Amino acid sequence: MMNNGFSMQRMLSVARKEFLHIIRDPATLFFALFIPVLELFMLGYAINTNVSNVPTVIFDAANTKDSENLVRAFENSKDFRIVRQVYSDLDVSQAIVAGKAKVGIIIPQDYSKNLESRRTAYLKVIVDGSESNVAAEAINVSNALALRDSLQRIIGSQFLPVEVSPQILFNPDTRSANFFIPGLMVVMCQMMAIMLSANAIVREKENGTLEQLFMTPVKAPELILGKLIPYLVLTFVEFCTILFLMRTVFQVPIAGHVLTLLALTLPFVFAMLGLGLYISTRVGTREAAGQMAMGTMMPSIFLSGYVFPLDSMPWPFWYIAQVFPTTWLIDAARGVILRGAGWRELWIHSAVLWSMGIFSFALAMMKFHKRLT
Amino acid sequence: MLGMNAPFQNGLTIDARDVTVRFGTFTAVNKVNLTVSQGEVFGLLGPNGSGKTTLIRGLCGLLPFAEGVATVLGRDVTAESEAVRSQIGYMSQKFSLYEDLTARENMDFYSGIYGLSPAKTHERQDFLIELSGLAPYMERRAGRLSGGWKQRLALVCALLHEPKLIFLDEPTAGIDPVARRDLWNLLFRLSAEGISLVVTTHYMDEAERCARVGYIYMANLLAVGTPADLKKLPGVTPLGTRWLEIFGTDSAALLEKLRGNLRVQQATIFGQSIHALVEADATAADLGVGSARVVDTEPSLEDVFVTISRAQAMNTNA
Ligand SMILES: Nc1ncnc2c1ncn2[C@@H]1O[C@H](COP(=O)(O)OP(=O)(O)OP(=O)(O)O)[C@@H](O)[C@H]1O
Ligand SMILES: [Mg+2]
Repeated sequence: MMNNGFSMQRMLSVARKEFLHIIRDPATLFFALFIPVLELFMLGYAINTNVSNVPTVIFDAANTKDSENLVRAFENSKDFRIVRQVYSDLDVSQAIVAGKAKVGIIIPQDYSKNLESRRTAYLKVIVDGSESNVAAEAINVSNALALRDSLQRIIGSQFLPVEVSPQILFNPDTRSANFFIPGLMVVMCQMMAIMLSANAIVREKENGTLEQLFMTPVKAPELILGKLIPYLVLTFVEFCTILFLMRTVFQVPIAGHVLTLLALTLPFVFAMLGLGLYISTRVGTREAAGQMAMGTMMPSIFLSGYVFPLDSMPWPFWYIAQVFPTTWLIDAARGVILRGAGWRELWIHSAVLWSMGIFSFALAMMKFHKRLT
Repeated sequence: MLGMNAPFQNGLTIDARDVTVRFGTFTAVNKVNLTVSQGEVFGLLGPNGSGKTTLIRGLCGLLPFAEGVATVLGRDVTAESEAVRSQIGYMSQKFSLYEDLTARENMDFYSGIYGLSPAKTHERQDFLIELSGLAPYMERRAGRLSGGWKQRLALVCALLHEPKLIFLDEPTAGIDPVARRDLWNLLFRLSAEGISLVVTTHYMDEAERCARVGYIYMANLLAVGTPADLKKLPGVTPLGTRWLEIFGTDSAALLEKLRGNLRVQQATIFGQSIHALVEADATAADLGVGSARVVDTEPSLEDVFVTISRAQAMNTNA
């Protein structure tokens, strides 16, 4: 008499109802879809780890033809932007302390004299070290300029004997957007999936509707899957939107196949929704769910290689990072988008992500009991 | 249309024996024995926190029994919880439909989740909309319905799958008298169709309408019976006492006076008059009620519950 099997009808009833909740709550829908896009624009434009246009002050105490040439060399490099010419050592340090410049270049009075008398001429470069990557880059570039100048002086008008001609694969302009946005896309997708699904069951607990649901023949897999479907659709819409904006607005070329990327995203979203639903079964209030969601998201954001490169982490963190689905999808997304990776390289990612997706989904289902406690 | 059902072995819709529900070390329902027959309207009364909701949840299989067994519709609630649930309706104390969905969408959802075929859905919904008079409100969001219509919608959603037994936890709390009467008329129609109902309430007039009433006090079911039987309980009118109804002009002053009188065991305002439990041989003069009219009466259900609660409280304190 009892139908003990999985019922498509019941699952679809749940999915339909959940869709109605979503469209009846346009504010939540709007924020869920819009905030990630907003963040994409903010981060996409703001985050630029490529060093260029570093504000620089120059004090040319020598004031000779040689020193003028040097100043021009600095001016011509894209890395520096001469904001001011100053006329004392003190002015240089003051400009840096005041934050008006990050680099100060001082060409000493005896610069040309030393050059002419074939002694080493010193060039003083003062760098604000508070932004370490800017400092490092400034030093590199000034070294390079000085070295090039020195070489030219030593060997005269001959051509330079050795010159490095670097060829950067995959991200030829070394644009940070290309590196960041694929990761950002994954992180946004994760945030949305967890936040939406963490509320899914807790909301029904708070409203008392879960008790009523328990009285119906609905089964855990029907309920969990039914709730998952609308969120899955929503998260995919979001993912595709960001992907589209990445390609059109931020001009990040996609080297591989979009379909490969989407196919890898599916198990990832499963894992995230499963995790959110698991949280939802464990806690009693929406606040608690939100906190727990944040708590699980934070470490995965920092350890996934989204901001800090995985390879430069101490090894224990590297191992911890492998536990997060986020790590795997970020790596896969960069693979597809930047390196044009395909299934031959990414099948392992797919296998790992599917295992994680099924695991978290099963966990949510197992922890869901049709009983009040 | 609501479908008649065959009686079970012993003809009982609910047969609970020594059922106990605990939250940690706290006992919310203590060794309750209860039977409900087919088509009966059973009223469950008791003060706030006495365990009514907990008992109902236990009988629905939503909470496990620490002790005891309950057979509902011929099946063991614990062992066959899913099978039992599929045949009972439950309307929880708190309104628990989806407020952001319309009345129709709520009904559609429950029809789907109960696995009704499209034809059956149509038939049941039409029938229940007609029965409840919900037709003009079907496209309105459930959250925007007035209290009475919300309750009717909740009841209708609990009836879609043709349950043979319905639990209603304070269905009339906070709704106006007309809506209350309408809802009760609906309940009696269901009962006439052979459906059993278990209703909790704090209203004495509703208790009077029930075929049988159970009174829970601090987790214990103190009394069960028809309202008439309960009023005749020996504990309610102890030997050497009788119940009087006293009609005076100033009830409040009269009550003060009676409560100060040593021959009066208990006195409460009852509408326009006062109900008092007094020593059997006390005369109107002994009571000092002056010109007020005094007649013998039987205790009201409220008198019954107040008296047995007091006796129980004294027992447990002693
Ligand atoms: N989930 C729970 N965990 C712990 N204690 C609970 C839980 N549910 C109920 N209780 C306690 O059990 C007792 C009985 O509660 P119950 O809700 O059954 O009372 P009630 O008779 O329905 O009261 P009311 O008339 O206010 O609805 C109360 O003391 C309550 O605090
Ligand atoms: Mg209650």
